[in-house]
Amino acid sequence: MGVTIAIEQVSKRFGKKTVLNDIDLRIEKGRIYGFIGPSGAGKTTLVNMIVGMEKPDSGEIHVLGQKMPDLGILQKIGYMAQSDALYMQLTGKENLKFFASLYKMGNAERNERIAYAAGLVNLQDDLNKKVSAYSGGMKRRLSLAIALIQDPEILILDEPTVGIDPELRFSIWNELLRLKNEEGKTIIVTTHVMDEAEKCDTVAMIREGKILAGGSPQALKEMYNAEDLNEVFLKAGRETK
Amino acid sequence: MRTAALIKRILLEMLRDKRTLALLFVAPLLILTLMYFFFSGNTTDPKLGVSHVDKSLVKVLDKADINVKHYSTVKHPEKTVLGYNLDGLLQKKDGAYILTLQNSDPTSAKSLQMKVKQAIAAGTQQQLAKQIKAEAQTIQGAQKIIALQNQAQQILMKQTPAQSPAIVKVQQLEEQVQKTKQNLPAPVKVKMAKPNVSTKYVYGSSDTVFFDVLSPILVGFFVFFFVFLISGIGLLKERTSGTLNRLMATPVKRGEIVMAYLAGFGIFAIIQTVIVVLYSVNVLDMVLAGSLWHVVLINLMLALVALSLGILLSSFAASEFQMMQFIPIVVVPQVFFSGIIPLKGMADWLQELAKVMPIYYGADALKRVMYEGLGLGDVWKDLLALAVFAVIFIILNILALRRYRAL
Repeated sequence: MGVTIAIEQVSKRFGKKTVLNDIDLRIEKGRIYGFIGPSGAGKTTLVNMIVGMEKPDSGEIHVLGQKMPDLGILQKIGYMAQSDALYMQLTGKENLKFFASLYKMGNAERNERIAYAAGLVNLQDDLNKKVSAYSGGMKRRLSLAIALIQDPEILILDEPTVGIDPELRFSIWNELLRLKNEEGKTIIVTTHVMDEAEKCDTVAMIREGKILAGGSPQALKEMYNAEDLNEVFLKAGRETK
Repeated sequence: MRTAALIKRILLEMLRDKRTLALLFVAPLLILTLMYFFFSGNTTDPKLGVSHVDKSLVKVLDKADINVKHYSTVKHPEKTVLGYNLDGLLQKKDGAYILTLQNSDPTSAKSLQMKVKQAIAAGTQQQLAKQIKAEAQTIQGAQKIIALQNQAQQILMKQTPAQSPAIVKVQQLEEQVQKTKQNLPAPVKVKMAKPNVSTKYVYGSSDTVFFDVLSPILVGFFVFFFVFLISGIGLLKERTSGTLNRLMATPVKRGEIVMAYLAGFGIFAIIQTVIVVLYSVNVLDMVLAGSLWHVVLINLMLALVALSLGILLSSFAASEFQMMQFIPIVVVPQVFFSGIIPLKGMADWLQELAKVMPIYYGADALKRVMYEGLGLGDVWKDLLALAVFAVIFIILNILALRRYRAL
C-alpha cells in the first residue's frame, strides 16, 4: 500500500522548549493510525504540522506526495480540532453549510454531504438548533461531522471522543472502521484512551516529543510482554529513562 | 466563493447578535445627540455686582447682557462675591475701577472681565466725546461773539460821519476782525460716531456655535471608534473560540479571511456611517456646507482604517479585556489629535505625532467638507493618507495571520 503521509526527521521548538524531536513516521493509505501519549507530549503539534498549520523547524512532511504546508492538499484533509471550534450563534446546519462552502463542491453534493455527515453523528434532528444550545457531546459530534463534510481522503481527529457517551463512541468508531475498510480512507486519531488505541491498525506512542514505540497493538504488546497497551506505555516510558 | 461564504457567515452572526447591532447603530446617535444638547445649551448671563459705579457705565453693562446688581459700599469684596454668588464685583475707588472675579470657571470669568473692560472703555470714550462737544461749543460761542462785535462796529460806522480819523481806525479794526475770522476754524460739528464694525465670516455665520466646528470631528470619531471596537472584537471572537484555527485547516487563504472581514464588517460600517451622517445633518441640524456624499465617502475611508486597525490589534489581544486595553492606548490619543484641541498651538513634536494618527486626516477632511464647504479636490491628500493607512494595516493583517498557519 502507498504511503499517504511521510514525516521525515521533523523537529519543532516553541521558544526554548523542544516539542517534537526528530520524528520519523510513515503513514500508509487505508489505515487507522493512533497517536497516543499524555497531554503535552506533542501529539497536537504533530497533527497541526501534518495539516500545515505549523511549519517544522527542520525536516519535511509530505502528504499525498505534496510537501506541507500546501493549501491544495487541505481539500483532501478532514480535521477535527481538540476544542470544538464552532460558531455558537449559528445553527448546526449553518455551521455545516459554512464549512462545506469553503471546499470545492457543487450545491447538490453539498446538501447530500450535509445530510450524510449529520446522519452519521446522529444530529439530524438538532440541525436547526443554535450551537450555543448544544450539549458538550453534541458539539463534539458536530465537529466530527464538519471534519467529514468534504469527503476527505485523510481524516485527522484530535481527541475525537472526549465527552461522547460510550454508545455514540462505539458507533463513531464503527463508522471510522467502515470509512477505512470501504472507502479506503487514511485516519489519524490522537487519544489517551487505551481501548480506543486497541482499535487502531498502528499505534505510535509519543512522549516528550519523541516516538517511544510504534507498531500494531498486538506487536507492541508482544514486544513489551504486556497485557494491554497501558502496560506497554508504562514500560516503554521506563526504558527511555 | 470562499470569501462570499465567509462574508455570509459574518453577516449572519452579526444579525443574530442584537446587542452588538444596537451598539453599532444606536450608541453613536445617542452620544451625538447628547453632545448636541451639551454644546448648544444657552449660556447664562453673568451676575456682576457694582458699587459706586457711574450710571452711564451701568447702562452699558446692562446692554452687554450682564445681570447687574447694585451694592452700597463694599468692605470685603470676596465675601460679597461669595455671599451673593456673584460672578464678579466692580467697585470704583478714587476714580479707579477694581474688579473682583469669582473665577470658579476661568472661561466665563475671562469673558466677564472682557465685557467690563469694554464697557469701561466705552464709558471713557463717551466722556471724551462730551468734552469735545463742550469745547466745540465754546469755539462756536467765540465765533458768535466775534460776529456780534462786527455788527456793533457796523452800527457804529453808520452813525459816525465818514472821513473822520475814528472811522479809519474802525475800518482798520474791521479788517483785523475779518482776518481773525478767516483764521478761526469753521464751526465744529461733533458727531459721536458709533464704532460700527460689520463682521463677515469666511466660514459659517454669526450663528456658528462651537458644536458646529466640533460636530464633523465627532461624527468621524464615533464612526472610527465603534467600527474599531466591533471589528476588533469580532475577529477576536473568531480567535478565542478556535474557529480561526479551524479555518486554517481548510483551503481558505489568509487574504480571503482578511478581505471577508473587511467586507463583512464593512457593510455594517457603511450602514452605520450613513445613519450617523444623515442623523447628524437632518436631525441634529449640523452644518453641512459641502456635499453629503463626500462626507459619507470620507467617513467610509475612516471606517476602513478603523476596521483594518481593529482587526490587526485583535491579533495582539488574547481576550476581549485585552482588546479593551487598546482603547486608552490607541483610541483616546486620537481624540487629542483630531482637532478638538487646536493643533496649531501644540509643541512641534506633537504636531508631527499628529501625522501618524489616522483620525487627524479624517477629521481634517470632514471639517473642510462639512464646515468649510470644500470638495474632494481639496481633501484628496487626507483621503490618500487614510488609504495608505488602510493598505498598511491590511497587509500587516495578512502577515499577522501567519501565526495561525504557515501558508
